[in-house]
Amino acid sequence: MTTTPSDADTRAQILRLLGEIAPEADLACLNPDVSFREQLDLDSMDFLNFVVALHKAFHIEIPETDYPKYMTLNGCVAQVAASRT
Amino acid sequence: MAEFLMPTLGADMTEGTLVQWKKRIGDRIAKGEIIAEVDTEKAAIEVECHASGIVEQLLTKPGDKVPVGTVMAIIREAGQPAAAAVQPQHIAPQPVTPSRIPPVAKTAPASSPGTRLRISPAARTLAAERGIDPAGLQGTGPEGAITLDDVTRALASDVKVTAPLTMAERQARMRQTIAAAMARSKREIPHYYLSTTIDMSRALAWLTTENGCRPVTERLLVSVLFIKAVALALRQVPELNALWKDGDAVRSERIHIGTAISLRQGGLVAPALHDADRADLGDLMQRFQDLVKRARAGSLRSSELSDATITVTSLGEQGVETVFGVIYPPQVALVGFGKVVERPWVADGQVVPRPVVTLSLSADHRVSDGHRGGLFLAEIDRLLQEPQSL
Amino acid sequence: MNITYREAVRSGLREALQRDPRVFLMGEDVGKYGGTYACSKGLLDEFGPERIRDTPLSESTFVGAGIGAALGGMRPIVEVMTVNFSLLALDQIMNNAATLRHMSGGQFSVPLVVRMATGAGRQVAAQHSHSLEGWYAHIPGITVLTPATVTDARGMLLTALEQPDPVFIFEHAYLYSMEGTLEEGPVPVEISHAAVRRIGKDVSLLTFGGSLWKALAAATQLAQAGIEAEVVDLRVLRPLDRDTLLASVRKTHRAVVIDEAWRTGSFAAEISAVIMEQAFYELDAPVARVCSEEVPIPYPKHLEEAALPSVENIVQAVRRLLG
Repeated sequence: MTTTPSDADTRAQILRLLGEIAPEADLACLNPDVSFREQLDLDSMDFLNFVVALHKAFHIEIPETDYPKYMTLNGCVAQVAASRT
Repeated sequence: MAEFLMPTLGADMTEGTLVQWKKRIGDRIAKGEIIAEVDTEKAAIEVECHASGIVEQLLTKPGDKVPVGTVMAIIREAGQPAAAAVQPQHIAPQPVTPSRIPPVAKTAPASSPGTRLRISPAARTLAAERGIDPAGLQGTGPEGAITLDDVTRALASDVKVTAPLTMAERQARMRQTIAAAMARSKREIPHYYLSTTIDMSRALAWLTTENGCRPVTERLLVSVLFIKAVALALRQVPELNALWKDGDAVRSERIHIGTAISLRQGGLVAPALHDADRADLGDLMQRFQDLVKRARAGSLRSSELSDATITVTSLGEQGVETVFGVIYPPQVALVGFGKVVERPWVADGQVVPRPVVTLSLSADHRVSDGHRGGLFLAEIDRLLQEPQSL
Repeated sequence: MNITYREAVRSGLREALQRDPRVFLMGEDVGKYGGTYACSKGLLDEFGPERIRDTPLSESTFVGAGIGAALGGMRPIVEVMTVNFSLLALDQIMNNAATLRHMSGGQFSVPLVVRMATGAGRQVAAQHSHSLEGWYAHIPGITVLTPATVTDARGMLLTALEQPDPVFIFEHAYLYSMEGTLEEGPVPVEISHAAVRRIGKDVSLLTFGGSLWKALAAATQLAQAGIEAEVVDLRVLRPLDRDTLLASVRKTHRAVVIDEAWRTGSFAAEISAVIMEQAFYELDAPVARVCSEEVPIPYPKHLEEAALPSVENIVQAVRRLLG
């Protein structure tokens, strides 16, 4: 997958949102293909807050059934990109 | 006149440090408004005022650590005349009174090396409260003992404000307070433990449908169903919704659910969701979300820390199946939820996969018996089978 | 109104006899002689021999008779001349009066009042100078009162007669001739609390009975040196009002207990232990005791004075605590 400038922006913004939820986490070490919940010790409340933050930042609707697609950084970027097309 | 006292924000709290006043002298304050921010060993807490009126006197300075129950401020309630200045207790270093009797100059240190310091219990207590090392003080009491006067004199000459705690210090203190409360619980409370496994298929199906209709900002977590079910079940088994006081259980009229929240830096708090039995799920979810956010930001309110009448803890996020909890004194019960997992389940003679959760109860045997505890778990189960009724 | 302690006791007795026909007084020489300390003088003429009864010199018998009368519905006041002779009645007191409610499962109650003189200081030598109220305070099932003021000397008796269980009143013999002012208010006084007789902030003087006046005199002397002593009159040794004495110690952080009994195993030791148990971290100095020397009380005046707690002893004890 090629990284477009737009994807890089999205990625940076998602990391910022994650940083607000898990301020102590070292996001530089985040593996983009592994679940946040495992890497950042997010619980379901944190994840819900993250989904709400994505919804507000990118104006996307995220039905509960789609939650698994937002579990990784690359997943989120892909979903945001998809919502723009 | 109403006195605003250093509140007790949990059974383990004996003193607190004033971080800042949220009101100034002369300000009007209404009951329930935040008057001060207080640092306990666990977190910085916004403390509500229990009276309405004008703030007449502020007796404690930011940075001062005072025991629970110390008068920190005086509120003049409506229609009352201004009062003469009240002497603060415990707080301001007392002015050094002229010696009542000619002080005998004692040049010998209060104790020689290797021996126990000769200091009165009251002086030792005050020195510890105010964070000064008594070893360096000159004793003027009987046989050169360090007395209260010696400590207060030292405090008067050393008015440095306590430095704010570092994260590591705060962590260490929180560990100590948790240790004290849990050790007390295990020492004093004869726990009994019950558990049962509940079919969650109806509750989860209902939740999926319900969340499908809710915008993303108003969706519910399954934890909120648990909290509400526990709150309603307590109405049926009220002896578990009680506080142990002076050798007896005092039942609480209202149901305030303490929700155990782990903090990212380690440790935990269990602030209360007030009147959880009377809140609808949406309201409860909003308040729960707000509570978790503020617990982690370190901005809980005093009533949230002191009012819980039972605790609910959920460790399913970590994959735990069964919780064997330790009761938080003076409460008399704790309810634990594990992870919702798919398990083979027998329904109508068929083995079928079902999402199930293990629900457990730790209860104080001085207050309730296994029979009542069992009824309580059965009632939670019944409520979770009718999620629409929550 | 000024009145002697003796007159106050007599006034209380008279009022009790007038109020309730079940009340009667018995003891050695209480009738014709008017009482060894003249507390019942005139009462025989006023109330007659049925209600003011002279008894033989047999403490065990007439205390036992008092227990029987109380069981039978009367409200006897038994005067045992002095605490020294009460030892002859100790079996009746300890094994019968104090236990019958318990041993009958609450079926019987013994509403008995026993009065006796206590204490030394009048050159009556070793056999007549004991202070054993602390011993009695050891016994569950009875109430132990030590009136030190004229108001208490008159009023405690009336409240004692309302109790369903035995009450022992110890009147310090040295006080009978003391004059005092009766406080305003109803004649019966409450018998649940200690009383702060002088307010101070530097040290608590905890005492009762005859020693109260020595403590107050010591407080006056100390005040001249700028030391403000608080004086607490315990009043009731059993059940003890711990709250009042602990509140005083928590305020002053220092305590001196004054008790005319011998130090070893004294009531002062009990008070000291209560403070250690419940106010240890409030203390700014060890608890001090001023008690009698551990000798049979001597007859010669100067030796007797040397053996008993004195104002000077109390002042010195306070000064030692203050360093």
